[in-house]
Amino acid sequence: MSRASPAGRRLTFEIFRFNPQAEQPQPHMQRFEIEETPYMSLFIALNTIRETMDPSLQFDFACRSAICGSCGMMVNGKPSLGCRTLTADLPDLIRLQPLPVFKLIGDLSVDTGVWFREMAASSEAWIHAKQAFNPNAAEERMDDELAATLYESDRCIECGCCVAACGAARFAKDFKGPAGLNRIARFMMDPRDERDDSDWFDVFATEDGVFGCLGLMACHDICPKELPLLEVYAYLRRKALTTARKRD
Amino acid sequence: MHAIENTDVLVIGGGLAGERCAIEAAAAGHAVLILSLVPPRRSHSCAAQGGMQAALGNCVKADGDNPTTHYIDTVRGSDWGADQRVARLFAEQAPRAVRELAHMGVPWTRVRGGRNSYFIRGERVSIEESVDKQGLIMHRDFGGTAKWRACYAAAGTGHAALYAIDSEVLRLGITVRDRVEAMQLIHDGKRCIGAVVRCLRTGRFFSVLAKATVIATGGHGRIFGQYTTNATINEGMGAAIALNTGVVPLGNMEAVQFHPTALAPSGILITEGCRGDGGYLLNRELQRFMVDAEPQKQELASRDVVSRHMAVQMRDGHGVETPFGPHLWLDLRHLGSAHLRTKLREVYEICRDFVGIDPANELIPVRPTQHYSMGGIRVGADGQAYNLRGLFAAGEAACWDMHGFNRLGGNSLAETIVAGRIVGMRASEFASGHRHEADLDVGTDACQQAEQRAREWLQRSGSGPSVYDIRNAMAETMINHVGIFRHGDELAKAVDELRQQLHDCSVAVLRSKAPGMNPELTFALRLENMLRLALVTAMGALARTESRGAHSRTDYPLRDDERWLNRTLARWPTGNSMPELSYEPVGILDLPPGHRGYGDDARIPMQQTIDEYNGSVDALQIAAGRLDATNFNDSVSRSAT
Repeated sequence: MSRASPAGRRLTFEIFRFNPQAEQPQPHMQRFEIEETPYMSLFIALNTIRETMDPSLQFDFACRSAICGSCGMMVNGKPSLGCRTLTADLPDLIRLQPLPVFKLIGDLSVDTGVWFREMAASSEAWIHAKQAFNPNAAEERMDDELAATLYESDRCIECGCCVAACGAARFAKDFKGPAGLNRIARFMMDPRDERDDSDWFDVFATEDGVFGCLGLMACHDICPKELPLLEVYAYLRRKALTTARKRD
Repeated sequence: MHAIENTDVLVIGGGLAGERCAIEAAAAGHAVLILSLVPPRRSHSCAAQGGMQAALGNCVKADGDNPTTHYIDTVRGSDWGADQRVARLFAEQAPRAVRELAHMGVPWTRVRGGRNSYFIRGERVSIEESVDKQGLIMHRDFGGTAKWRACYAAAGTGHAALYAIDSEVLRLGITVRDRVEAMQLIHDGKRCIGAVVRCLRTGRFFSVLAKATVIATGGHGRIFGQYTTNATINEGMGAAIALNTGVVPLGNMEAVQFHPTALAPSGILITEGCRGDGGYLLNRELQRFMVDAEPQKQELASRDVVSRHMAVQMRDGHGVETPFGPHLWLDLRHLGSAHLRTKLREVYEICRDFVGIDPANELIPVRPTQHYSMGGIRVGADGQAYNLRGLFAAGEAACWDMHGFNRLGGNSLAETIVAGRIVGMRASEFASGHRHEADLDVGTDACQQAEQRAREWLQRSGSGPSVYDIRNAMAETMINHVGIFRHGDELAKAVDELRQQLHDCSVAVLRSKAPGMNPELTFALRLENMLRLALVTAMGALARTESRGAHSRTDYPLRDDERWLNRTLARWPTGNSMPELSYEPVGILDLPPGHRGYGDDARIPMQQTIDEYNGSVDALQIAAGRLDATNFNDSVSRSAT
């Protein structure tokens, strides 16, 4: 098993520290040294540091299996999920910082939850059903191919890595970000949603929407779930064009 | 002065059960507040992978399926420990739950008409799916079921369901507070009027007063430390604050499910859908030991049965030895890369990311690991907790009790939606029929108590043990003595050790006095609660001198329907050093106790007649003034139409 790194390596962690609840909070980097163990992930490493060296260290993990999206953090400058980042893949010096863009809660912990909630509310990211649910009817049919396509974009876990990696999100506060645009595209493709391209146009074909993107596409490169964000942007741009022409 | 907030319905827990409940209450016009440890979409519901059971009967291998068959499978799975009326109610409502989720946007995998290729009992078979069924919701096979019944969205079913439900919560404008923790219930021993809450951003306490309070905080697998598939947030605080009232009992806490296939050594879940889709279990000699062990169901016997066979394999030296203990293999190679990268995509990714293997070419190291808490806050069929009016519970936090001593795979996801709706309805009715008994003094007192506990932790000094060392000791006690196979001597040892750990907890000292949420303090405030849950579990297991479902006693290997066809109720009276156990019948028996269709058939039969047994159930329910299950089923069915 390739991920079981040889034990015995001494790892140095430099971790961003900041507790806004402290009386005179001072942001700084703090060093910790620990022994590497086989299959060591940042989930294991950070818990080891907290439980044996500094119990005040704040960070977020929940599922520790790369499905809940809690543990986005900057790992040697790259937005990553801490739980699935194995130390075996990293050099001896590991620098951890909180994701930018999001509000800092403390140390490595950031408020992705509120950001994503506001984003979803602003684009009404829910099914606008054509009619009320009928509990006595069989389900509406859907082609399995389409279901698979919807599932593909539904896989986003809102970890915030793409937003942290996004040049536009760094300076445009209201930019919906790659994850936000992916979610919009997901509902646009869903035939259960009654909104048509024209309804969507003002939501996504704007400066805060798909035209806010600078085209750097770091989002596509770092997405831990490997969402096809390039295709999402292409889809939205195409939709913007065809809808605008229809509107004329 | 503490902040005090008011709402009609307070829902503690932002997973599927809690949010489904909140949707029902909000749709009824109530003000609803959801509290969640994490942003709701990070709740552990998102980690459910393989499927959600509902008898739609849409594909060939599901042909003829119906809620009655689903109900019978569920009761058999429970080893007759379930409340059968609740199981029936559940099975009847499950199809609605799946379709409701479809309406909210879940991209369920659909039937493809024409030739489809499947793996069934070790062989590749080609089956012609009817073109008439094209586009309906597809099923996959799961353990312990007579038909293919699990509806699924690849291997991300829980994720898709949670996002759909949470989108509905957003649509309805329900207030959600994330990063908060309910620390104790506000009550007077008869009526619950809300909860004291701690903010996990700032560490500040506040109170929420409510007409009805629902606990939907999920399971408590973390009392097994790292020996669980559960998320770090599954520490059982909802069940604990109910137990801490002194009046509300927890049901069947000794009923603990071990999932056969957790990734070794990390404990990350690998879905049962792998075996449903044709995966094999292999031992060190690469033999399919389940074929001999369970000729009929093979790898798809119930989880308790498969986990026991796996434990025996490893005990007898057929495990693969590693520095982290032995494991067995899950073989998916024959399913092919295309299948693994679509229908089992999440499994493919977990294998790649966490052990660096491609399951299309390599074997997956697995071993049974704590997975699900059948036990929880004991509630009636309507979700109302015993002995405390205005308190409800739903989902894994509750003991409703459709799972008895073993839950079938895919039944928990379905339960969250079915129970969430029903309990939401009942909590709404309760809120409509009751005024705010908003006693500001009671709220303030409770808040001060909770705050005082935190202050005591921060003030304690000296060289006492660390909270993390105590947690590690608890984990070793639970996995070593309250695991898959249990014995009276081991369980007695567990009770002793846990009592010692409770004492250690009372003298433990924090290493950090950091202001704000202080992660060590946050954990310390949970530790005593976790130990109390662990102790209730070990004591229930010690007292139950039989083997039923996941509760397997080597010193009492038979299921004993004469003495133990009942449910354990554990209360912890305020001020007592130990909990008190009592028992109630499992409920009306429509299906007489019998063989499950897998596992051992030997058992001690009941001497009473079914009528005598059922008579005692009625008498008890009437005496307790609880809702009659029969009428309740009728009323739910009516409101469904």
